[in-house]
Amino acid sequence: MEITYREALRLALIDEMNANEDVIILGEEVGRYGGAYGVTKDLIKQFGSDRIIDTPISEAAIVGTAVGAAMTGLRPVAELMYVDFIGMTMDQLANQAAKIRYMFGGQIGVPMVLRTQGGTGRSAGAQHSQSLEAYVMHTPGLRLAMPATVTDAYHMLRQAMQQPDPVVFIEHKGLYTMKGELDVDKATAPWGKAKVVREGDDLVIVTYSRQLHYALAASEELAKSGIEATVIDLRTLNPLDFETILPYVKRAGRAMVVTESVLTAGVAAELGARISEECFDYLEDPVVRVAGEDIPISVSPLLEKNSVPTPELIIETARMMLA
Amino acid sequence: MAIATKKNTNSELYAHYALMRRIRTFEERVGELFVLGQSAGSMLHLSIGEESAAVGVCSAMNEGDSFTTHHRGHGIFLARGADPSRMMAEIAGKETGYCSGKGGSMHIADMGLGHLGANAIVGGGIPAIVGAGLSARQKNSGAVSVGFFGDGATGQGILYESMNMAALWGLPVLFVCINNQYGMGTRIDRATANTKLHERAAAFGLAALTVDGLDVEDVVDASRRLIEGARKGKPAFLAIDCYRFYGHARKDKSPYRDEAEEVQGRQKDPVLKAREKLIATDIMNEDSLNALDAKIDVEMDATVDFAIGEKQPALTSMFKDVYDPSQPEPEPVRTRINRILARQ
Repeated sequence: MEITYREALRLALIDEMNANEDVIILGEEVGRYGGAYGVTKDLIKQFGSDRIIDTPISEAAIVGTAVGAAMTGLRPVAELMYVDFIGMTMDQLANQAAKIRYMFGGQIGVPMVLRTQGGTGRSAGAQHSQSLEAYVMHTPGLRLAMPATVTDAYHMLRQAMQQPDPVVFIEHKGLYTMKGELDVDKATAPWGKAKVVREGDDLVIVTYSRQLHYALAASEELAKSGIEATVIDLRTLNPLDFETILPYVKRAGRAMVVTESVLTAGVAAELGARISEECFDYLEDPVVRVAGEDIPISVSPLLEKNSVPTPELIIETARMMLA
Repeated sequence: MAIATKKNTNSELYAHYALMRRIRTFEERVGELFVLGQSAGSMLHLSIGEESAAVGVCSAMNEGDSFTTHHRGHGIFLARGADPSRMMAEIAGKETGYCSGKGGSMHIADMGLGHLGANAIVGGGIPAIVGAGLSARQKNSGAVSVGFFGDGATGQGILYESMNMAALWGLPVLFVCINNQYGMGTRIDRATANTKLHERAAAFGLAALTVDGLDVEDVVDASRRLIEGARKGKPAFLAIDCYRFYGHARKDKSPYRDEAEEVQGRQKDPVLKAREKLIATDIMNEDSLNALDAKIDVEMDATVDFAIGEKQPALTSMFKDVYDPSQPEPEPVRTRINRILARQ
C-alpha cells in the first residue's frame, strides 16, 4: 500500500501496541492533540489514556519516567517533540538509560524507545531544526535509528520497540508527508543493517535520513554525465554496519559522507575517519564530508536550505572528485 | 561469662535498633576499607547519623516494592535486606559484588530486592520511581516505589517535574528527602530559601510531612502512614531531619563547619536514642545490647575480609553489559588498531 512516512510510523505504533500490551506511549501532546506532527493521532481513542499518556512539559522527567517504567516491565515509547530539546533530557538519557545495564553489571536493561524528530525544512529556526544525532552516537549504550523511507519508518520503529536496549529514534520533519510503498510483512533489511540503495562503480555516498533522497537525486543527475554512484543508507547509526560499506568503497576507491548534522566532531567525521582507516590502501581521494555548516539554522528559507547539504552540493562534490 | 540477655527480642524497636546498628557498623567498616586502600576509589559517602531514615522508611515497605537511592544509600540498601558482604565486595570493585565490580558504592543495585539503583547524579534516580509507579498502576501490582534523595536534590528541577507527574497521575510513589543539612559542603540554609521542604511538596498536591529523624519510631509511623496512602494512589513526600556526622566523602574533613556545630549535630543520634529507649522501657538491658553490638562487629568485620579476598572482575568483562548479551560486544580499541595496521 502507498502511505506517508507519518502514517507508516503511526501504523507501526498501533501494530506494536496491539502485539504487546506492555507498550505505553508518553510525551507532550501525544494524546488528545495527537502529536505535534500527528504521528500519534487518535491513538488515545483506540488505546485509552492509560496507554497514551499526555505529560506536562517536562522532558527530563518524561525520559526518566520511561527509564523507570522500562526497568519495571513496561515497554515505553517516550516522545520528545523536537530533538533540539534533547539537552533537557541528557542526564536521564546518557547517565541513566545508557548506563544502567553496564553500571549494574548486566542485571537489567532499559528497553525503551525515545521517538523524536529533527532536521531542517520548515523554517523552524535555530532551536527547532537541528540534527543532533552525534550527541546520541557519542554515548555507548544508546541505539540510534534514523529511517529515510516509508517502509523503514514502519519496520524500524517496530524493530526499535522490540530491542532489549534503549533506542533513540530520530525521524526527519521534512519526510512526514513523503509517500511510499509499504509492505507490512517484509522489512527491507534486518535491524542494524545498512542498505545499498543504488550501485555504481565510481564513488560511494554513505548517508542516512532525508539526505538519502538528496543523494539519490544527485546520483541520477550524475549518471547523466556518466558518473555512477553507490548510495548506502546506514538506517541505524548504532549499531553501525560498516561491513556493508567496505567492499563498495574498496571497489570505487572514492567515498563521500553526507549528513545534515554539522561538520565538526559530527557523524560524518566519525564515518570519514573509519573509512579512511579501514580503506586507506584503496582510496584515490580523501574521504569527503558533505555535512551541515558549522552554524546555527536560520529561519530564512534561503539561509536554512543552504545551511545543510543540497543535491547541488553533492553533485558538485562528486564532479570535483571524479574530475 | 554468662550474659544476662534480656528480654523481648520480638520488640519492633529492638529490630530497628539492630538494623541501625548494623548500618552504622557497616559504614564504619567501609571507612576502614578505604583506609586499608582496598576500596575502589574514595567516593564513599557514609550515612552515619541517618540510620533512622533508612530503617524507618524501609521497615514500612513491602516485598515487591521498589526504590532508588542517592549516592549515600548504603544504609537504605541494607535496610531492604542486602547482603553486606556482597555490598562490601561491590564497594571494593570486586567480581562478586552486586554489580560485578562495575557499579561500586554509587551505582549499587539489585533487581531481586527492588533496588532500581543508587545514583551519582544528584536527583538522577528520582523520575525512575514515577516510571515504576506507572508500571505498578498498569500492571495492578500493588507495589509502591520509593525515591530516596538528599536535601541537595531539592535544588534540582527533576525533583519538581517528578513530583508534579506523580501527583497529577496519582501514582503509588513516596519521595523521601533525607535532610542531613548538607549538600556536600553547603548547609541547607545557604542553598535553600525555604528550608521547610515538605511545604514545597505540599504545593504540588502531595501528602507531605517533615519528621525528626532522632527517633526511628517517629520515622516508622510517618512512613507507614504515607506509604499506606501511596499504595492507594495518594503519592507522598517525607522529609527526615538528621545530621551528617562526618564529611561529604571519605577525604572530606568538613572545613566548612565548626566543631561546636558538629558536636551539637551529633547529639541527634538515632542509634543512641533507640538504645536508650530500649533500656529505659526495659525491653533490653545494657549487657544484651553490648552482646548484640559485638555480634554485629563480627558480622561486619567479615564483610571487609570477604571483600578483600575476592577477585577483581576478569578484564574480558569490560566489554560486556554495554548492550544486551544477544548483541555483539564493542570492538576493543587495541583489536581495532591491530586490524587496521595489519592490512599488508
